[in-house]
Amino acid sequence: MRSALALASLIRHRARTMLAVLGVAVAAAMLLDMVMLSTGMRESFRELLLSRGFEITLAPKGTLPFDTDATIPGVGAITATLRGNPDILEISPVLGASIHILAGNRDVSGSALGIDPSVQGDYELLSGRDVTTPDAMVVNDHLLSQLGVRIGDTLSVAIGYDPQTRTYSGQRKLVVTGRVKFIYGANDQSSSAMRRETLEAMDGQSRDRASLFMVRVRKGANAEQVRDWIDRQIPNVTAISIATAIAQVDERLSYFRQLAVILGAVSLFVGFLLVTTLVTVSVNERAGEIAVMRAIGVSRSHVVEQVVLEGVAISFAGAVLGLALGLVTARYLNAILSAFPGLPMAIDFFLFQPRAAWSALGLLIVSGIGAGIYPAWRAASLPIAESLRREAIA
Amino acid sequence: MTVRAEVESPIVSLRDVRRDYALGAERVHALQGVTLDVERGDYVAIVGPSGCGKSTLLNLIGVIDQPTSGTVAIAGRRVDAMSDREATQFRLRNIGFVFQRFYLLPILSALENVALPMAEAKVSKGERLERATELLEYVGLGNRERHRPSELSGGEQQRVAIARALSNGPTLLLADEPTGELDARTGAEIISLFQRLNADGTTIVVVTHDEDLASAARRKVHMRDGRVVDA
Repeated sequence: MRSALALASLIRHRARTMLAVLGVAVAAAMLLDMVMLSTGMRESFRELLLSRGFEITLAPKGTLPFDTDATIPGVGAITATLRGNPDILEISPVLGASIHILAGNRDVSGSALGIDPSVQGDYELLSGRDVTTPDAMVVNDHLLSQLGVRIGDTLSVAIGYDPQTRTYSGQRKLVVTGRVKFIYGANDQSSSAMRRETLEAMDGQSRDRASLFMVRVRKGANAEQVRDWIDRQIPNVTAISIATAIAQVDERLSYFRQLAVILGAVSLFVGFLLVTTLVTVSVNERAGEIAVMRAIGVSRSHVVEQVVLEGVAISFAGAVLGLALGLVTARYLNAILSAFPGLPMAIDFFLFQPRAAWSALGLLIVSGIGAGIYPAWRAASLPIAESLRREAIA
Repeated sequence: MTVRAEVESPIVSLRDVRRDYALGAERVHALQGVTLDVERGDYVAIVGPSGCGKSTLLNLIGVIDQPTSGTVAIAGRRVDAMSDREATQFRLRNIGFVFQRFYLLPILSALENVALPMAEAKVSKGERLERATELLEYVGLGNRERHRPSELSGGEQQRVAIARALSNGPTLLLADEPTGELDARTGAEIISLFQRLNADGTTIVVVTHDEDLASAARRKVHMRDGRVVDA
């Protein structure tokens, strides 16, 4: 009966209730987006790192992967050392370099990864074939469209360019054998990959060097223990596990997260004030009606329940609408932010997680209960005789 | 002997009741030592000029207000110092209220309005709908039970309010200017309904300026300046 009365009270002023629900929906959408934003990047980054199953990355001592042009010498020796640990399943040395691709009169710059195709974890082959021969290269869509070439075309690729003499060094003819998507690459990046020995041969100074190593550990093995072992065994590298990488990302994103939490809290508070105001106005308007209910024997606690239910009903309806609205705006905002130059394509700023939606819904319902408390207290403490007298005079 | 004394004790008994209000810096003495008894089955009209304390007296009898001093007993129970919870339960089981402005809940149908106090008294849904239907029949609105208050005339609304007041079988029916918002013809219908109710055994106390309503009562209580001047 109480819930029916609460709903009926809200339906009595349809337009006002609808506006309040919309207001709460906007606050709820903002709250959900902020909850998604505060955890989204971290989770998305984690999923990205785990997607290829390489739990440890080795970078030159004191650097992050591809943070500098520094390389690790002695690929063969390091690989042999790593093979000494039974928990290590696969080792993928990767050499990174800038390249120039000569297409007619044009010079298109891009980046190239030198990999071993049997163990690489940097890209997914979309069409064509992988770099199975020394003269093969695979490229991403951006580079394909920049060059205006197709799979099967031969390109003249150079590793260096001297602007003074206008000459290219380490030049070589390579055949585009496949179209790929680089997992850690940005949308607007011109990227390619070839066998590591091909890239080494083009750059005479990079013999037996790698920019990083990606290491896959055996299932069930403790990646942190393997990382510690690598640190001890190979002193000229920094071994970074996914947990360490996530911790570093967490640290870098902490201001971002704090901002999301503050904006989310502000949204919640705005929603709370909106519901409190609406229900208080409604209670004030119905003072006589509430006094009559009390006079005919309706208890204080039941009046409180009814008023709190009104707040919860507005919050719940607003929350459900707001969750849908939040998902739509998150998708739109994600598209804008993901287009930011230099970001990996797979990074999502707003990652939908059911837990985030439940958290937002729970917070809004708790806020709805809170919002109903003040007007409910007002309604329950109305002096019956005095309220009836005022109503009669009015 | 004891049983006989209980049966014959007044259903309403006020002794030297005073009620003061603070009105800004002033103190208003709304009731100044009222002593009054109402017998079971009686039909009493409280009359007097505006501001003489009639409604204040009715509020005290209806246990929605408490006296500054003096005692109020209804059906043999002291009600002047009850807690809010006790007073609410007492009103629910023993008092039926009829107001000048009907005060039906606009969001509920006539039937639901009548059933509301029974729902509060935890009467089963089937039983309360059956009884609400009977009560609406009794007040002559058997065909209007699904109508909302806004779809009923003033007289019909007041009859629904009377049915609501009777829903939990109260010991006492209190009415504050029940014909105040009605025209002469519908007012007469309400007067007639009150007479029928009293004839069927309901004890009624009404506060009114309406001479016709007051004349229909068995007894008139005249008030002036917060005192009963002629009971």
